[in-house]
Amino acid sequence: MKLDTNTINKIAKLARIKLSEEEAKDLLKDMNSILDWVEQLNEVNTDSIEPLANISSSILPQRKDESRDVNSSDEILQNSPDKLEGYFAVPKVVE
Amino acid sequence: MEFKSISHLKSLLDNNKISVKEIAETYITKINEKKDLNIFIYFNEDKIHDQVKEIENLSNDKILKGIPIAVKDLFCTKNMPTTAASKILENFKPTYESFVTQKLIDQGSIFVGKTNLDEFAMGSATNTSFFGNTINPLSKNNNPLAPGGSSGGSAAAVAADLCLGATGTDTGGSIRQPASFCGVVGIKPTYGLCSRWGIAAFASSLDQAGVFSKNVTDASILLEEIAGHDQRDSTSSNVNIPSFSKNLNSDLNGKIVGIPKEYTIDGISDEINQVWEDAIKSLEKKGAKIKHITLPHTKYALPTYYIIAPAEASSNLARYDGVKYGFRAQDTKSLDDMYELTRSEGFGKEVKRRILIGTYVLSAGYYDAYYLKAQKVRKLIASDFIEVFSDCDFILTPTAPSAAFPLNEKQDDPIKMYLNDVFTVPASLAGIPGISIPYGHDKEGLPLGIQLLGKHYNEQEIFNAAFALEKDYE
Repeated sequence: MKLDTNTINKIAKLARIKLSEEEAKDLLKDMNSILDWVEQLNEVNTDSIEPLANISSSILPQRKDESRDVNSSDEILQNSPDKLEGYFAVPKVVE
Repeated sequence: MEFKSISHLKSLLDNNKISVKEIAETYITKINEKKDLNIFIYFNEDKIHDQVKEIENLSNDKILKGIPIAVKDLFCTKNMPTTAASKILENFKPTYESFVTQKLIDQGSIFVGKTNLDEFAMGSATNTSFFGNTINPLSKNNNPLAPGGSSGGSAAAVAADLCLGATGTDTGGSIRQPASFCGVVGIKPTYGLCSRWGIAAFASSLDQAGVFSKNVTDASILLEEIAGHDQRDSTSSNVNIPSFSKNLNSDLNGKIVGIPKEYTIDGISDEINQVWEDAIKSLEKKGAKIKHITLPHTKYALPTYYIIAPAEASSNLARYDGVKYGFRAQDTKSLDDMYELTRSEGFGKEVKRRILIGTYVLSAGYYDAYYLKAQKVRKLIASDFIEVFSDCDFILTPTAPSAAFPLNEKQDDPIKMYLNDVFTVPASLAGIPGISIPYGHDKEGLPLGIQLLGKHYNEQEIFNAAFALEKDYE
């Protein structure tokens, strides 16, 4: 058992996902079994092995850093669940 | 009316035997007849008729003029909403077109609709979608089967003859496995061959676009259209894209085929091993030489994948916060409360599970033990492939460990579900291209797929071998 309910709730807070008690219980079981299962990677000796992040990094071209004038703010704002005078609106942050 | 291939339909159109409008109407009828399979998240007849008016005016030089294409609902499309099969993107209208779909539009294809998938492409049965399961069109009687996943809607759309091609994405097998389950061709090209611009991100170091089709030639036509360099995706490769379809060559004389011993695993049915054996014999008969190879780190591919993919997903899915687009929870007390409730109500169970695993393996004190360790093992898995490719031309394996399974089969063990990807994940981690083609059936008559894997940027080699093997079933 790697995780307990406290750790699950702490991770959920970090990920900004609210969990019900029931959900936390279910996830605890699943995540512990997944974490036990991935533990087998410790059998592999990876001393002096470079981590692989991107398989194509060796041949990627660079582009010029040029600005482009794309103004689609009206279109973008249309997707927002709440907007006010050209801004995204969120619940009040300061009293 | 059934059109057997892209070139068949295109020649009818070029010879004025059929019009773009008639093609559209034919496919609208077909889709309406198959609505109970729940293949499409978005299907709107008016949107199809609007496209017809534009496409009619295009020159017949356009390679895909009038060709009906279904689009996985993970690709942003300007004229159709994009949901990633998630409640959190309900009503999202992209302000831009994905690179891949723009290329298909430029060549005159008709988008018939947006297909169902596992939520954010996380799944292997198209059963984590907010919009319900898709039913495999090959299901018989009262036993609905899963189409595989995550691109299950796209594979099912081709299998049910609701289009002649479909786009998919493959992170750990999401094109190849559903292709196998639905009895169609599916190719995941080399990582970086197609731009990821405009595809809702799942695991960015693994995500790659590809296609489904009825046959190998059509897959080669579609792939050469959607491949190519794009400045807006920093991992998009600037390589020359050959004309895969013109170069198709079924002559396998002297080719060396690698058969990895690690792909013979416990619990795989004899039928799957038999199909593999049949394909090996056929390749030998066609002049290829069989070489038994070893990819020693294969057994670590799945656990490596299930660290890397959730880690990258947890980072990519941080953007769904209810502020700029998509769903937002109501009646929230504070900004944090709004984030937490939006994400709690907006994401489904599997997505939450993966975000939390990813958050954990990236969190302070655990990064080195999990994520960095997985990236190092990934390097060993990729090196295994590079080594064997120094003396073989391509690798042949089964695509999936089973035929399509029943939809209502209980999937309460996540690890058992993850085993669906056992044959497809290693190639994803290595970034090499893989194609699945239907090759034989199980005793229930369900299709089984075999997978061909090639060197980086050598899609032509696996297209050719697939083209040769396909002839066994013509």
